[in-house]
Formats: sequence, C-alpha cells, structure tokens
Amino acid sequence: MQSGPGFAPPHLAVSPPVQGARWRAIARTAFPFVVVGALWEIVARLQIFPPRLFPALEVVASAFVRLTVSGVLPHHAFDTVLRLLAGFALAAIVGVAIGILMGRSRLAEDVFLPLVSMGAPIPGIAYAPLFLLWFGLGNVSVVLLVGFVSAFPIIFSTWTGVKAVKEVWVRSAQAMGADHRRLFNKVILPGALPYILTGLRLGLAQAWRILVGVEMLAAVPWGLGWMIFGAREFLNTDVMLAGVVVIGAIGLALEKLVFQRLEDFTVVRWGMMT
Amino acid sequence: MRRAAITLVMAAAVYEGIARSGYFPAALLPTLPAVGRALVEGLLDGSLPGHAASTLSRVLFGMGLAVVVGLPLGILMGRFRPIENFFLPLASALMPIPSLAWVPVFILWFGLGNATAIGIVFYAALFPMLLNAWSGVRSVNPLWLRAGSAMGADEQALFWKVIIPGASPFIITGLRQAFLRAWIAVVGAEMLAASDWGLGWVIFDAKEFLKADLMLASLAVIGLIGFLFERLVFGSLERTTVQRWGMVRAAKG
Repeated sequence: MQSGPGFAPPHLAVSPPVQGARWRAIARTAFPFVVVGALWEIVARLQIFPPRLFPALEVVASAFVRLTVSGVLPHHAFDTVLRLLAGFALAAIVGVAIGILMGRSRLAEDVFLPLVSMGAPIPGIAYAPLFLLWFGLGNVSVVLLVGFVSAFPIIFSTWTGVKAVKEVWVRSAQAMGADHRRLFNKVILPGALPYILTGLRLGLAQAWRILVGVEMLAAVPWGLGWMIFGAREFLNTDVMLAGVVVIGAIGLALEKLVFQRLEDFTVVRWGMMT
Repeated sequence: MRRAAITLVMAAAVYEGIARSGYFPAALLPTLPAVGRALVEGLLDGSLPGHAASTLSRVLFGMGLAVVVGLPLGILMGRFRPIENFFLPLASALMPIPSLAWVPVFILWFGLGNATAIGIVFYAALFPMLLNAWSGVRSVNPLWLRAGSAMGADEQALFWKVIIPGASPFIITGLRQAFLRAWIAVVGAEMLAASDWGLGWVIFDAKEFLKADLMLASLAVIGLIGFLFERLVFGSLERTTVQRWGMVRAAKG
C-alpha cells in the first residue's frame, strides 16, 4: 500500500522475476475494473435506462477527449486545483501558526481551544451560504471557506504535536546551550512534524471533500464542480461522468504524489517515523 | 472548564460589539439576541425540529445501508484473499472522489429529494465503514486465532469470540468516520438537491431572504446534533463493546 510501482528502485524493476510479479500485480488490479466496465457497458447497451442518463463508456471517453482537446476540461481542472491550493495554503500558514502558539503558550491555548472545539463539529459546507452572504458569490468565498474548513484539523494536529514533543529533548537541548530559536528549529519543529504532516494531510482531504460542492453553490464561472453541476441542466451525463473521473484522479494524485513524497523527504529522513 | 467559559463569553462580547457597531448591515451580521430569538421561534413552531428530524432520518437511513453493505463486505475482504483482490482496487479508485461530486449525477438518476440525499450519504459512509472493517479483521493477532483453534473453537466461535471483538476498535472508528462524512454529505446534498425539508436546505434557503439569524441558529443545531452523536452515541457504543472486551489500547493507537 505504501509505495506504488513508480517508487521501486530501478535495479529492482529490470530483473526478470520481479517483472513477472509486477505484471501479475497489474493484471490483478485491472481485473475488477474490467468486470465492472463490462457490466456497465452491457447495461448501457441494453438501454435499460435512457442512454442520455446512462451513457456507454465510449460516449464518456469521447466526451472526455473532446473536452480535453478543446481545452475546456483542463481549464476547469486548473481553476479547481488553484482554488484548492490557495485555500489550503491559507489554512496551512494560519493553522500551523495558531497550533504552535497554542502548544507553546498557555494563554493562546485558553483562548483558541474553546473556539476551535466549538467550530469543529459543524460540517464545513454548512457555512457555505453564510460565507456567500458575507463575501459574495465567487472566488473569495470559495477560497476562504476551503481555508477555514481545512484549518481545523491542521490546528488540532499541530497543537497535539507540539505538546507531544518529549520534555527530555527540550531540557537536554537547553542544557547543551540551545537558545530559543535553535530550540524551536532543531527540536520542537522536527519533533512535532509527523503530527503537523498528518494535520496537513487531513486538512487537504477535508478541503478536497467540500471544494467541489462549494463550487456548485458559489456559481464560479470555471471549476470542475461547476462543470458537472451545469451539465445537469442539459442532461449531459457523459460530461458529468468525465468530470467525476478527473476529480477522482486529482484526489488520488494529491494523496499519492504530494504527501508520500513530502513524508519521505522530511519525517522519514529525520528518523521521526515510528 | 472555567477558562473555556471566560473565553467564550469574551468572544460573544466581541461579536456582539461588532454586530451592534452598525458597521455591517444587521441582516448580514445579526446580534446574538436576534439569533437566539430565531432559534427559539424555530424550536417552538416545530419547524427546526422537523427539519432536524428529516436530516437525521436521511443520515440514519443512508448510514444504515452503508453498514449493511460495508461491514459484511469489509469482514469478507479481511478473511478471504480473492474478495480482497477484487474489491480493494475498486474501493481505492472510488474513495478519492468526494461524495458531493456525485450530487449532480444522482439528481439526474434519482430526481430531487430523499433518494438522492440518501444515496449521497450512503456513498460517503460506505468507504470508511468498508476499509475500517477490512483493516480491523486483518489486524487481529494471528496468535489469538491459533490459540482459539488450539482450544477447540470452531469457525463460528472463532468469528464471534475472537475476530469480531478483535476488530471492534476499528469497526467503531469506522462508524465514527462514517457518521462524520455522512453528516457533511447530507448537509451539502440538501443544499444542492433542494427538497423543502432538512437543515441544509434551511440554511441555503435563508440565504435567499438574507436571514443570517436563521442561518446561524440552524448552524448551531447542526453543530449540536453532531456533537451529541459523537459524545453520546459513539461514546456509549465504545464503552459497551471495546472497553468491555478489553481492547482499549488498540483503539487508542
């Protein structure tokens, strides 16, 4: 589960026995998709449901190709990813800062913890109409809401992480003459990092889960959420399904490429992975 | 506890001060008494409890379906290799798609209303249930299984006395996550697939009439129900199963 075939070291990938095992693994993974695809195709061909509502796979594929070639789909996807990154960056900066402050200062903990605990159990998308009312339809509301929603897990995890740094490490660093800055950069930050990364991961997942829905509500001119919601008006189920596939691909890429790499480069290298 | 109360009172005072300053329109930033009045009025005339009831019934129905499908399938995946090989790739491919992305598709397939909302809740709750049941069964210590069969337990006894209690911390975690996801999904689905009833619909509808007080009151109700479920339902579920079976350490991990 942890490392995909793309991460295998090159000298392993070329040796023949591993190659065979790899093909078998690929075939095993592909098999269920072939079965489900065939079932879908049969149901679509028999026209049990109206073809407009239940298009055959090649119709979806051709919609995908048509929209990709004309540049419409990449534009939608690009805007969605941009909003996600903008909102997430906002949440990461503010969330980590508040979390560290809460972990290091008793006063900040007393001020923020009740507020954060009260806001957290409300699903983020429930705030959407309120944000639309306050900041208007469009990008500002979407980015702020995505940032707001993904900040909660980031704050909680960062706070827990800073609190979890072992007292012994802090004291031994101080005994060895580390000043405040060094203590923070060399002990507290690396010590809290596994938690912070978990928080960022949860925050990004949270942001991704609601972004598409918020795009549908906020009537932004471009974005995958808007694309599939708008396609409903014209019964373009093929466009919708192509959009859903792209959404799934982006979600998978975020999880596999961004975070596993980040973890390899930081936590694993510093020996903080237990 | 007292410090938390002081913070909340101060935050409320700051909010009230901003709302009363007249700097923002009162329709957008209502004072706390106005929000309280909207809450009490909604509770007394029965509209808020009615909306809350229909939202809750959608969540429970969709989650019930997800448990009925996800729990047995997850357990089977944990026990039998071919089933795992078939369903795990499918689940991994579908999981990164947010449930709300399916709303427009489900509207076309099932129409506006209950069926769409329940379908979205089912989709949102299914994967946490499925994957936690699967990893719970996989995580059961093989030594326990061997000890159980050495002491003469048959398949059935092994399943009920070893595998289910052993997997219970994961299954409870799965239920918890499923509820959280379902709770998000139902609010979004109610906003998009407008159906006249449900807390999500109330909030969305209040936007059209600039009733920020009603919005904030409904938000409070949504938060309260989520909080109560988390504390009361899942807390007591954990006490009667996981803690009684002595699996607490695993649940914390």
